[in-house]
Amino acid sequence: MTRPLQVTIRINGSDYTREVEPRLLLSDFIRHEAGLTGTHVGCEHGVCGACTIRLDGAPVRSCLVFAVQAQGHDVRTVESLGEPGSLSVLQQAFRDAHGLQCGYCTPGILMTVSAFLEENADPSEEAVRHALSGNLCRCTGYQGIVDAVLLAARRMRGA
Amino acid sequence: MKPAPFDWHAPDSVAEALALKAQHGEAARFLAGGQSLVPAMNFRVSQPAVLVDLNRVGLEAIEAGTDGSLTIGAMARYVAIERHAGAAGSHPILTEALREVAHPQIRNRGTLGGNLSHADPASEMPAVMLALNARLRLRSARGMREVAAADFFVGPLTTALAADEMLEAIHLPALPARTGTAWLEIARRRGDYAMMGVAAVISRDAAGRCIGARIACCSAGPTPMAAPLAAAALVGTMLSDADLDAAAEAVRKEVAPTGSVQASPAYQRHLAGVIAQRALLMARERAA
Ligand SMILES: Cc1cc2nc3c(=O)[nH]c(=O)nc-3n(C[C@H](O)[C@H](O)[C@H](O)COP(=O)(O)OP(=O)(O)OC[C@H]3O[C@@H](n4cnc5c(N)ncnc54)[C@H](O)[C@@H]3O)c2cc1C
Ligand code: FES
Ligand code: FES
Repeated sequence: MTRPLQVTIRINGSDYTREVEPRLLLSDFIRHEAGLTGTHVGCEHGVCGACTIRLDGAPVRSCLVFAVQAQGHDVRTVESLGEPGSLSVLQQAFRDAHGLQCGYCTPGILMTVSAFLEENADPSEEAVRHALSGNLCRCTGYQGIVDAVLLAARRMRGA
Repeated sequence: MKPAPFDWHAPDSVAEALALKAQHGEAARFLAGGQSLVPAMNFRVSQPAVLVDLNRVGLEAIEAGTDGSLTIGAMARYVAIERHAGAAGSHPILTEALREVAHPQIRNRGTLGGNLSHADPASEMPAVMLALNARLRLRSARGMREVAAADFFVGPLTTALAADEMLEAIHLPALPARTGTAWLEIARRRGDYAMMGVAAVISRDAAGRCIGARIACCSAGPTPMAAPLAAAALVGTMLSDADLDAAAEAVRKEVAPTGSVQASPAYQRHLAGVIAQRALLMARERAA
């Protein structure tokens, strides 16, 4: 007995209008309704960070928000950052500094870090590690990711 | 996993939210930041038939009183409290402890009201509320009442909230002049729940004598655990190193940790003594 509701959700500047059950997670709306499969799903309980998106600018877990709650809010996913051939400075730095191996964690990390670098132009390694604490990576051992974030920060500062 | 089906209501006012909760009773849950409730629903540990979403009712204000008190709306998100200049000035232990609560992505969404209503004994904020002598304002369609933090937490994940009540606001009384506070915890990894955490609040008079102390711990028993005997032992002393050591030893005896996959009760008890001693030292320096 759960009424499907019509929602319009703005993702990366485009509106997606769909009928959905209230229990549909925003992560599943993004992947299955909007077809934006860059956002990954790992644990569905907030721990791994693979599903991190930006909601009104703030990095949040899309697996812990219901799609119906996102109506009227601005959602941005990894697809908003850049594209093959025109990677953002942050994405390019991940490529150059070996900030990924399998890439499963990468979209969530990029969305977390994109917000972090907007507020921290010249972060210490310690601050970067703290910012990454909510994103799990099973491949890299994190060193490449930390290097990539520091490299991106340097490039963004023009240093 | 995916949550079981439910009906979703997103009222625009507290009054409507309370009417819905009164109508549906235990079958309905309030949805605040969703950072504890939605994981439980995804695992189907929790299967509410109705969700009353509080994200449109307001209750987000953080108001600094002219007397140094602070009133925080239940729907204020962690991140807003963490960045609130007034809060950092009047009750710096909030900022200090919030940095240890989960990760930035969780703090962007989680609310103080949701956290306290969830009443996880391993959680930081309930212990901080005990140490700050917080008063919680509960409201239902029947009316309003205020309870002290000490009376709000009644067991693991269990509070004094009635089925039709919401936590509306949290009031933190002003800290007296020459009061120092500190939060310290030990967790396996940054952002994890602490194996032990201690809040210390110490007030001194102009001569340096201790005129008030409050100590509370997380992961130390079925609820956030105050250590009233340890605190009372400090009052009247000059807060020498030996006085602090004795109080820390009393904390070690007063806590009642139950153990977790990460730490045995004996290790948690050991940590309580160690961290209490360090937190008291920090609070003493800050009370100068
Ligand atoms: C990966 C991860 C790590 C975490 N680590 C920590 C940590 O280290 N320390 C820590 O303390 N917490 C941690 N948490 C939990 C986090 O703090 C939660 O956000 C918080 O406990 C719940 O707040 P919320 O606003 O999200 O509430 P919700 O999840 O929306 O609600 C929690 C409960 O309170 C009820 N409720 C909500 N608001 C009200 C109200 N106003 N009145 C009455 N009832 C209400 C709900 O019905 C529900 O039962 C973590 C969570 C995650 C996902
Ligand atoms: S899938 Fe959302 S945090 Fe793991
Ligand atoms: S690159 Fe494989 S999980 Fe991070």
